Formats: sequence, C-alpha cells, structure tokens
Amino acid sequence: MKYILMMTGTKAGVDTYRAWSKSDVEAHFAFLRSLNKDLSESGELVANEPLGAPEQAKVVRGGKDGVPITDGVFPEAKEFLLGYWIVDVESPERAYEIAARLSAGPGPGGVCTNMPIEVRQIMSSRTSDSGS
Amino acid sequence: MAVPIETLLRELAPQVLGAVVRRFHDFAAAEDAVQEALLAATMQWPQRGVPDNPRGWLIQVSGRRMMDYLRSEEARRRREAEVALEDAQVAPPADAVPEAVQDDTLTLFFMCCHPSLTPSSAIALTLRAVGGLTTSEIAKAFLVPEATMAQRISRAKASIKASGVPFQLPTRQEQAQRLRAVLHVLYLIFNEGYTSSTGPQLQRLELSQEAIRLTRCVHTLLPDDGEVAGLLALMLLTDARRAARTGPDGELIPLTKQDRTLWDRAEIAEGIALLTAALSKGSIGAYQLQAAIAAVHDEAARAEDTDWAQILALYELLKRMSDNPMVLLNHAIAVAMVHGPSKGLELLREFDSDARIAGHHRLDAVRAHLLEMAGDPQAAITHYRIAASRTTSIPERNYLITQAARLSEISSK
Repeated sequence: MKYILMMTGTKAGVDTYRAWSKSDVEAHFAFLRSLNKDLSESGELVANEPLGAPEQAKVVRGGKDGVPITDGVFPEAKEFLLGYWIVDVESPERAYEIAARLSAGPGPGGVCTNMPIEVRQIMSSRTSDSGS
Repeated sequence: MAVPIETLLRELAPQVLGAVVRRFHDFAAAEDAVQEALLAATMQWPQRGVPDNPRGWLIQVSGRRMMDYLRSEEARRRREAEVALEDAQVAPPADAVPEAVQDDTLTLFFMCCHPSLTPSSAIALTLRAVGGLTTSEIAKAFLVPEATMAQRISRAKASIKASGVPFQLPTRQEQAQRLRAVLHVLYLIFNEGYTSSTGPQLQRLELSQEAIRLTRCVHTLLPDDGEVAGLLALMLLTDARRAARTGPDGELIPLTKQDRTLWDRAEIAEGIALLTAALSKGSIGAYQLQAAIAAVHDEAARAEDTDWAQILALYELLKRMSDNPMVLLNHAIAVAMVHGPSKGLELLREFDSDARIAGHHRLDAVRAHLLEMAGDPQAAITHYRIAASRTTSIPERNYLITQAARLSEISSK
C-alpha cells in the first residue's frame, strides 16, 4: 500500500530552523540520512523529495486568455509543504510508524521536534473484481 | 514457428534455477546468478541465435557466475566455498538432463511462497524466481522504483535463508498448508492485475496473465488437486470478462451492466471444463466454490437471466468455509436478488458491529446499491458518497461519485 508522508512548516518555522546551531543542523541531516537508509534497505522507500524554500513558492491561477497569474505573497501563518516521502508498506500501521519516526527527529539542543506529519494513502488505478 | 526468446527464457527460468540450487545449495546466490544468465541470454541470443541446448547454456552460464561469487566469498567463508567447489566438480555435465525437472519448479513455488514471507515479498520473489520476470518488469508492474523492488527481493531471500527452510518439497503433513500459501500468493497476483485500461498502465506487464500462466504450471504439476484447478478456473472465468470491465475512458462498468458480447467465450468454456472436472473429484474447496459462482454469472446470456438462486446457494456453502468478509457482502447481495432488497439490508445491519467490515467502503457501496433497489434514493446517495470517500481505487471512487450524482439528478426532477 502506498502512502505519502508530508512534512509542512510555516515561514516562521523555517526561519527558526535556519538559525539552528551547526551541531543541531548536522544532527538533523544525520537523522534524515539514517531514516532514508533504513527505508531503502527495507525496500519501502519509493520517493523522497525535499522541496524548494517557501520564499520561492508561487501560487498560480489562470488569468484572462489562460495567461498565468503568479502570486508569491503569503500570510505568515501559511503552512508550506517542505518535503514528502512516498513509502510502499504492508499496512497503515507501518506507515504511521515511519511517520512517527520522522516526527521524532532531533531539533535544537537535540530535543525532539515532534512536528506533525500528514499521512495520506495514495489512490490506485486498480479495482478489484468483487464479482457478486 | 519458433517460440519467442522471452517466452522461452521465462519457461526455462525455474528449471535452470532448480538445477543450480541443487548443485550449489545457495538459493539466494543461485537466484542472482540465474537472473544474470537470463539477462545475458536476452542480450546475446537475438544476435547469435538460440543455442541448441538453451537450458544447458543457461545452467553453464549461471554456474560460472556462481563460481565467481563463491571465489570472491572464499576469503570470508573458506570452508563452505571449498565444499561447494568440490561438489560442482563432480556434478553431471551441464547438458545432462536434470532429474526431476518438474519437482524443482514445484519446490521453488513452495519456497517462494513460504508463510514466513510477507505477501508482497512472496509475490515479488515468485514473479522473479519462478516467473522469470526481471526486477525492472516487476517494479514497473507495482509502480515502485527498480531499486526498491530489488531490495524487497533481496530481503525476501534473506528471510528464507534465515528460516532455514531446505530446498525440497514440504512433508506430506505440511503440504496442504504450504499449497494453500502458494495458491493465496497466486490469487493476490491475479487480483493485482486489474487496472484501468488507459494511461501508462497499457505498457505494464499484465499481472493477471502471469498469474494464470503460473497457476497453469502448478495445475500441470498437481493435476489431481481440486483447489488448484478451482483457482485456475476462477481466474479464467473472471479474466474472461476483462474487456467488458472498463469503458472507453477507463471508467468502471459493474458486472450487471457489462456488454456480454465482449466476454471471452473460449476462456469461459475452458474455466467451466476445468471446474466440472475438479468438482467430479469429490471434495469441494473455497476456490472451486468461487469459480462455480463466477461460472453461473458467465453462463447467463443477459444480466436478467442470472440464476441468483443458485448463486445464493453457493454463497451459503462458501460462507461456511471462508472467513473472508467480502464473501459475506456478496452473500447479502445474493439474498437481496432472491428475497428482495430489505432482506439484504437486514443482513448488512449486522455487519455494522463486525470490525472487519464496518467502515469498509464496500459495505457502504453495497448498502447504497440495495437502498436504491429498495426505493430510498436519498439514503442511497448518502452511502454512495461515504463509499466514495473511503475507497482508495480511483476508478471505483469515480464510479461511486457518478452513481450519487445520477441519483441526485433523478430525485430532484
């Protein structure tokens, strides 16, 4: 079963992250490397993509004659998708277990961040012939 | 007319693997070696021609890969490597006919479907080791990267090694349970095979076809087993409807609305013949019953000709031997078709307290269908929408949303 695990954050949160000490940043990177290594070795990792900085994000709407209108001004409280993991696992419980591990990554001073990770099942093009 | 190289390689793969495992005793390494030999054949045979003894060629090339592997492991596992090399030197020549070729394939099935493996591991390993598919083909079929699938297969082989299961047929006592595990894996592969007929899926391996091919293989090896024949019959009778299951835009078409002229009559005939032969052997199992139900559907010229009374009787029997909750739902539908929708809805109410079914999208989908039959469109719309929010299948979700919209339109007129 495929799930997407989404890590989100506000601009303020990202700014705070950028001010972490060197050792806290390195601990954070080491944590992510270790998680990805484990997920690769278990054959569960399908994809992991960190996304570009929120300041670079754009919201696009179709304007008159389909000309794109882009807007890059966002309220401070807006939650941005920072990155996602796609995993292929045997059960929802396993997806939650991986998300919990992601959430428990170390933050400043090594204290666990406990950030919320949104978990959504990925829909499939398959159906089942349940007969009847 | 010559057999295409790809087909030949897939047929030979399990035979070659069996021979290499018997000679070198290391299933995991042998499986990797055979994979490499198959890839070498794929590249060389189209240019140089198929060898006179293709099986012998594959065994020799696999053997050389194994020797290379064993030599590189020698520093770390000196003793085991020496013993294996000695055995290899006294082994019969590559082109001698290996004894009991058929038994090895069956043994491979049992190993790859070992109960200690998770379903997806067993599926991946069976498709590669017995099906002779490449890692890349299997990865594409399951929509995961090749590296992910390769790792899954490696870990499956490591599990088998850790479990210590020997490379031989299970004992008579274990065989029934182990065969059930094999049939279950094949059934899962078959069900994975149903995809929408549009989009990138068109290039994908047809897993339902592969499941049928592998089940045929088991049936040839165990021709007297009623459940093996039953499973093959069930697959054929279900697969026969494939062309009618999806519309031109990939939309789902339920059984009762399918254009039956698109059903494959030859597959239906084969399925019925297999089933008849299996049933005449005496004992009845769950797969044979499911096949019988599929046969009743497939024999009806039009949806309205369906013998629902017979289907109901078959579900009554199936309920007693299967704890699959979907069987209970299908039974409720059959009750509704024979005794009216309110009788069916009564049964569904009991399922609200059954943890295995309550909250499953199919419960709401079936309830919606019966409520519509019973003349309560508003309640039906509600349940179609709930079902749509609970399913993880895109074609099913679209179908359910469409039903809700259709009813909504009718009842507002």
